Amino acid sequence: MINLTINNRAIQVEEGTTIFEAAKNHNILIPHFCYMENVHQIGSCRVCVVEVEGAKTLMASCVTAATEGMIVNTNTERVRNVRKVIFELMLSDHPKECLSCWRNQNCELQELGNLIQLHEFRYEGAKSKDIIDSSSPSIVRDSSKCILCRRCVTVCNEIQGVGLMNPHHRGFSTFIGPSEDELLGESICTNCGQCVLVCPVGALKEKDSTSVVWEALYDKTKTVVVQTAPAVRAALGEIFLYEPGTLVTGKMAAALHNLGFDYVFDTNFAADLTIMEEGSEFLERVKNAFTSPEKNAVLPMITSCSPGWIKFVEHRFPEQLANLSSCKSPHMMLGALTKSYFAEKMNIDPASLFVVSVMPCTAKKFEITRPEMFSGGLADVDAVITTRELGRMIKDAGIDFRNLTDGTFDSPLGLSTGAADIFGTTGGVMEAALRTVHELVTGRELPGLNLHIQPLSGLSRIKTAELKIENPLPDFSFLDGITVKVAVTSGLKGAAELLEEIKNGTSPYHFIEIMGCPGGCISGGGQPRPVNDAIRTLRLEAIYREDEGKLLRKSHENEDIMLLYRDFLGAPLGHKSHELLHTVYTPRSKN
Amino acid sequence: MYPVSELIKNLADQHGRNRHNLLPILQGVVEQEKYLSEYSMIEIARELDLPASEVYGTATFYSFLEYKKMGKYIIRVCKTITCSMKGKNQVLKAIEDMLKISVGETTPDGNFSLLQTNCLGLCHKAPAMLINYDVFTDLTPEKVREILSSYIKKKVKEE
Amino acid sequence: MTFGYQLKRADFIFKNENDWKEILRNNLSRPPHEVINELISSELKGRGGAGFPTGLKWKLTAEVVEKTKYVICNADEGEPGTFKDREILTKVPLKVLTAMTVCAHVIGAKEGYIYLRGEYFFLQPELNMAIKEFEDYCREINFEFKIRIFMGSGAYICGEETALFESMEGKRGEPRNKPPFPSTYGYMGKPTVINNVETLAHTFTIFKYGAKRFYDLGVQYSRGSKLFSVSGDTPKPGIYELELGMSLVDFVEEFGDGDTKAVQVGGASGFLVPRKRFVETTIGFQGKLTGISLPTGGSMMLFNSSRSMYNVLDNYLEFFREESCGQCTPCRVGCQQLLNGIKAVKRGEKNAQYLEKLLRLTETMQFTAKCGLGQSVANSFSSIVENFREEMIY
Repeated sequence: MINLTINNRAIQVEEGTTIFEAAKNHNILIPHFCYMENVHQIGSCRVCVVEVEGAKTLMASCVTAATEGMIVNTNTERVRNVRKVIFELMLSDHPKECLSCWRNQNCELQELGNLIQLHEFRYEGAKSKDIIDSSSPSIVRDSSKCILCRRCVTVCNEIQGVGLMNPHHRGFSTFIGPSEDELLGESICTNCGQCVLVCPVGALKEKDSTSVVWEALYDKTKTVVVQTAPAVRAALGEIFLYEPGTLVTGKMAAALHNLGFDYVFDTNFAADLTIMEEGSEFLERVKNAFTSPEKNAVLPMITSCSPGWIKFVEHRFPEQLANLSSCKSPHMMLGALTKSYFAEKMNIDPASLFVVSVMPCTAKKFEITRPEMFSGGLADVDAVITTRELGRMIKDAGIDFRNLTDGTFDSPLGLSTGAADIFGTTGGVMEAALRTVHELVTGRELPGLNLHIQPLSGLSRIKTAELKIENPLPDFSFLDGITVKVAVTSGLKGAAELLEEIKNGTSPYHFIEIMGCPGGCISGGGQPRPVNDAIRTLRLEAIYREDEGKLLRKSHENEDIMLLYRDFLGAPLGHKSHELLHTVYTPRSKN
Repeated sequence: MYPVSELIKNLADQHGRNRHNLLPILQGVVEQEKYLSEYSMIEIARELDLPASEVYGTATFYSFLEYKKMGKYIIRVCKTITCSMKGKNQVLKAIEDMLKISVGETTPDGNFSLLQTNCLGLCHKAPAMLINYDVFTDLTPEKVREILSSYIKKKVKEE
Repeated sequence: MTFGYQLKRADFIFKNENDWKEILRNNLSRPPHEVINELISSELKGRGGAGFPTGLKWKLTAEVVEKTKYVICNADEGEPGTFKDREILTKVPLKVLTAMTVCAHVIGAKEGYIYLRGEYFFLQPELNMAIKEFEDYCREINFEFKIRIFMGSGAYICGEETALFESMEGKRGEPRNKPPFPSTYGYMGKPTVINNVETLAHTFTIFKYGAKRFYDLGVQYSRGSKLFSVSGDTPKPGIYELELGMSLVDFVEEFGDGDTKAVQVGGASGFLVPRKRFVETTIGFQGKLTGISLPTGGSMMLFNSSRSMYNVLDNYLEFFREESCGQCTPCRVGCQQLLNGIKAVKRGEKNAQYLEKLLRLTETMQFTAKCGLGQSVANSFSSIVENFREEMIY
């Protein structure tokens, strides 16, 4: 333990603790900017500098470790003066168009300004290069607002391992982004949006789709259908000042009805459907692998509901595309069904349907533009809005979210089991799949408490589990005594690790779940800020609560799904399924 | 003269394919090609298994790793204080007048590029300049015209 | 008070008696702690500008328990007005190589590098020949130490030790946070001794003549001799080895052209001393106007009365703006604002009061910038603006 003094208070901390953390743990909050706990810590903005007795200069508290006997002062006249100057310098190179910026009132620069209380701008001068790159369907980059905090660089390189964002040039000409003249839309960007999530200002944001949605809502010739991902209901409340981890499913459905959507469906319905299709696909591959080797079934099979992950594997491991499940992601399935099954059932012209997905995800905005996501000439889904965009629309419409009476989802695409809810968090897709697969193979429920697979829960980067199959049903006798090995990872760095194993032929797994964002969809690029491990855990727990609160917990128990197969699709992996619910992938270049 | 991709492969064989071998490889390409084209940076990224953006980010940091097409002879005139005091401007003007280009430009025949650079460490013999890696000091407008003429003659001889 | 202290020339660095082999052999057979103690008692301080005690640096690095260590010679001489390292590497490279090898023996390193700035590419052929001659001899006496040249590519900031490591690791030359210091976490994260070329040359002198001979030169806190790179308005531009502790009056008397208005001591990151202050200024580590640190590298630029101090400051700020790495806010934006600021005042767009605001800005930079570049801009800025205010405005 280390003893030090901060602002005349004697405190004790563990060795290795930085001055900033030491102060924070004792309720002394040092104004800071680029520092982001567990994400980004480079000491370059210099806002968090403090006086350390004996040091030649002021020290950046976020990177300086506390040492025995250190005497720190965080609020001397000198420190407060330099903070003002540094803030002024940051502002001198910033457009300051807060009133028309989409981060107004939700911006870390404004928060810092509130703390620092600047009353004059002494320095105004040159501004950095000003580019607006809106080439990508998912993410827009506005370099005039960039503060050069480099959080996006750390997230893209070190946390996701994609390596797109980097500083270029030198000095005042320093510029953060992909290579010179390279546009996001033409690059290896996976659209995961983790950079958008950590950007403190308005330099990175999702591409706005609220305007097309408003347009569709006003268009009397269109029937507008909306669906919501499982992770949205566990985080939307935060925008309306609910505590993180508050489930707002009912209010969310009510708000959507209020906004004027004609039908409010639940992506969870399609999540159950995905389990049926993907579970069957997995069992088919396993059966072929064990009994018909000439069919060259490819294992391990990897989940495919995360479009950020899909683009990543298309760029980085194009030779491993056969490992991916051919299933579309749930919301794409529901979109395809809306314009076929639902349209037929309700006698609506499919061309007049406008499907909107509310997603925690920025990559899905790219996903819907993929050429494979069109059936019969119509887009499966017409627009994707993020959780944050939905929050804005609700506020824009003047809806008093907190005082809404709970609403419900509509039939026939609104019913879902608990297995569908857990799609929103890392480990959930695997667990949902195994709940069904285990029963299909053995006729018995998953043995874990509450149908959970303990080793697959939590926020560790790579999680693995084993399932020993004993006394299977006669159709699966070849699996008797076999231990099925599964792995789960979230974030693209873990994905690369598992894919390297597959590439080298050393992967021991049969089934792998990969989600592009660390923690899974609960911390997708489109979710409310801030996001950290504490908040992830709360959202994760909310999702599991929704799962455990439902009567039906396994996808194959969903009656509406069974109706769907009986009346429309036939059987899983059947002809109609392949047409509407399955897809192909595109190898892309590495650079 | 190898095509660039072969040059890069040779450099990587020579120096290694780790991240810390990046700078010598970038320098090797610049030595031959006089600049790093988009193609060569992507090739280097591929050869070293690095994201292209990181190769760009590193290359654009260094003044001598040009990423815009340069002439065969890159003239770098020192503009720091002592050279500035000792007549750098007249020297620069002489070059501009003779080659008919301004600072930052390349002659249409692709022979000469003119740049300014910071202290070359030749202050006691100011003004000074580099042409590629060769050093020229105690410059005057006449002397610099002579130097450039000899380069032009050299080029003509090669053709 | 050192009025009347005459300039004392010394001749150790460039005197070449071709005895490096003997010096090398002798020192490789001494126990490391003995070599370290000799350096410590010589009170040699780094000659690159930071002035850190060399003996202490070698000691701290030697004490770290780690199998892989490095010795790096910082030849990224880029401070305006400094050209002494080039001369050392041209005339007596074997002294530097010998010093590096003794250091390797002391700290336990097997690999050494010379980080040579890109602009000195033309030194490579001869330097490589010296290295080859050196390595052949090392093989003869069975000492394992490999020395390579690592070329820079035109970035002044890479002279900063941690930025130099970053550059050698194939990254942008952006300084790291200190602590940790190079003695524990240097090149590739390993304990590294990084010394300026001249510092290493002085250690050779100490190994040859002993610590006392070195210690007896100079004055208290500033022992030994130093190479000064003299340029500008002087009839005697060149490199001179002088004892530390001289008064600027004596210096100007020797090197001025009779009309010296000011002397820039330590390059653009140093101080501009106006004529009226020559008398009270000494060149050493504890000189009054020069602050604690030795003028960066010993660059001495003389300006006579025909020179505009505005142009001088403008030139320095252009230099810093271009060479700043851009990582930290105070330096990246500060250098830009300072340059724009003095231009605006000169053009009359801002009134003279603005200079005060700019001075406040340099103070902030001095205490908050991440590395020495941003921290030193205040030196020349404040010394020029405070002493030549009218020239900034009219």
